[in-house]
Amino acid sequence: MNVHHTEVEEHDATNAYQSLSETTGHDDPRWAFGTGIVTDAGAEITSPVPDGVDPADLAAYCLMLGDDALIYSHRLSEWVSNAPELEEDVALANTALDLLGQARVLLARAAHLTEGDEDSLAYLRTDAQFRNVGLAELSDDLDFARAIARLLIFSSWRLALLHRLLGSTDPVIAAVAGKGVKEVTYHRDYAARWMLRLGDGTDESHRRMQAALDGVWPYIGELFRTSDEERRLIDAGVAVDPAETRGEVDAVLDEVIARATLTRPDKPFIGTIGGRGGRQGVHTEHLGHALAEMQSLARQHPGATW
Amino acid sequence: MVTLVSGEPGQDDVIRARAAVAAVVDPEMPMLTLDDLGVIRSVDVDGDAVTVTITPTYSGCPAIEEMRADVRTTLARAGFGRVEVRTVFSPPWSTDWISDDGRHKLAEAGIAPPGRVGAAPTGPIPLTLVAPPSAVRCPQCGASSTEELSRFGPTACTALRRCPSCREPFEHMKEI
Repeated sequence: MNVHHTEVEEHDATNAYQSLSETTGHDDPRWAFGTGIVTDAGAEITSPVPDGVDPADLAAYCLMLGDDALIYSHRLSEWVSNAPELEEDVALANTALDLLGQARVLLARAAHLTEGDEDSLAYLRTDAQFRNVGLAELSDDLDFARAIARLLIFSSWRLALLHRLLGSTDPVIAAVAGKGVKEVTYHRDYAARWMLRLGDGTDESHRRMQAALDGVWPYIGELFRTSDEERRLIDAGVAVDPAETRGEVDAVLDEVIARATLTRPDKPFIGTIGGRGGRQGVHTEHLGHALAEMQSLARQHPGATW
Repeated sequence: MVTLVSGEPGQDDVIRARAAVAAVVDPEMPMLTLDDLGVIRSVDVDGDAVTVTITPTYSGCPAIEEMRADVRTTLARAGFGRVEVRTVFSPPWSTDWISDDGRHKLAEAGIAPPGRVGAAPTGPIPLTLVAPPSAVRCPQCGASSTEELSRFGPTACTALRRCPSCREPFEHMKEI
């Protein structure tokens, strides 16, 4: 645990740089790309691994839950200044921020378990090292209906997962779930209300909402697949079986789709190759494009501090 | 909300440290102190060293880093040599932890304070497809019925609302 030594500094009104740096502290250099909130002082991050659990499995599971949030957060942030109304810009940015916060804690936990660091996990892994599901990495191509379809499906699934993870025997995962349940409830309601407006709106908005739902639907199947790591962690009470969330997620989607006068798509699932998908590092071509943008600055300035 | 675990140091130091931390203001809503907001978990003093434990409002709240820096600076100014600020996430912060004093200050500043959340329901979390009937009073004119413009406002913890009576938009600290 780091201890911060802070000197009392004299105010010098003529030195603008000193006042700028006053609150961030000269003695606290950081990566240019993170503020070290978690790794510096996250009291829970260093909690012991629950009994009978392989730390490598736990780290992999933290990456799965963390990468879902990180990559989807990045995709949502692409909407900033591009949403149909300013309010939706703000809503999607806030949603992205919540997920980024969840991702940081989970990546910090994974980093602690593997003696790495949070920023390297986010910025220096290649696409095959990411563990997120395909749904999280898809581009919306600035189609707002697609954003709503993805967000409803993703948040319904994540909420069902997090709700079950409140009792995880890993204190970090339980803590993320405790905050995340409250946050993702708002995300799901937001997406559901927009789906009602668009589906039960004009002929054109109905047509576009249905098309977006049809386009995203094939990626749902992967959400309910159970990886080997998850299977091993379920018995120890660390993980929950994603297959168990299917009934709850289906019920939510069916309710919203029906109220929105839309039709539940009947499409074969895609996104896995030979039974391997995002959880095993097998991704769509979308992820590489997302990482190119998300990581380029960090890779051009390795180790930069501010 | 603030608990003190005092070792041998003088009780004056403990009181001073606690008061200094409690008076630090929230960087995004400076009408509230951290004590009003309910984010301070503990202040421990050991000699000239202080360990402060705080909790973020939302997982991604960008203000937490500013809070930590402000706590460090404030304690340094108060003469404490070594300051550690820890962040904990569990149990999750709730708007129920905002003090009554804090609620008055929010309303005075034109931000409608949050309603009470109470205990979490058991079983799957229900969808809320229609905004529930408003129980949010207009902080400008006091009208009892107002409408939601957007559930996501300029900071992570506020929603945007409008008052049909005085026609003024305002922020509402939403319940979590």
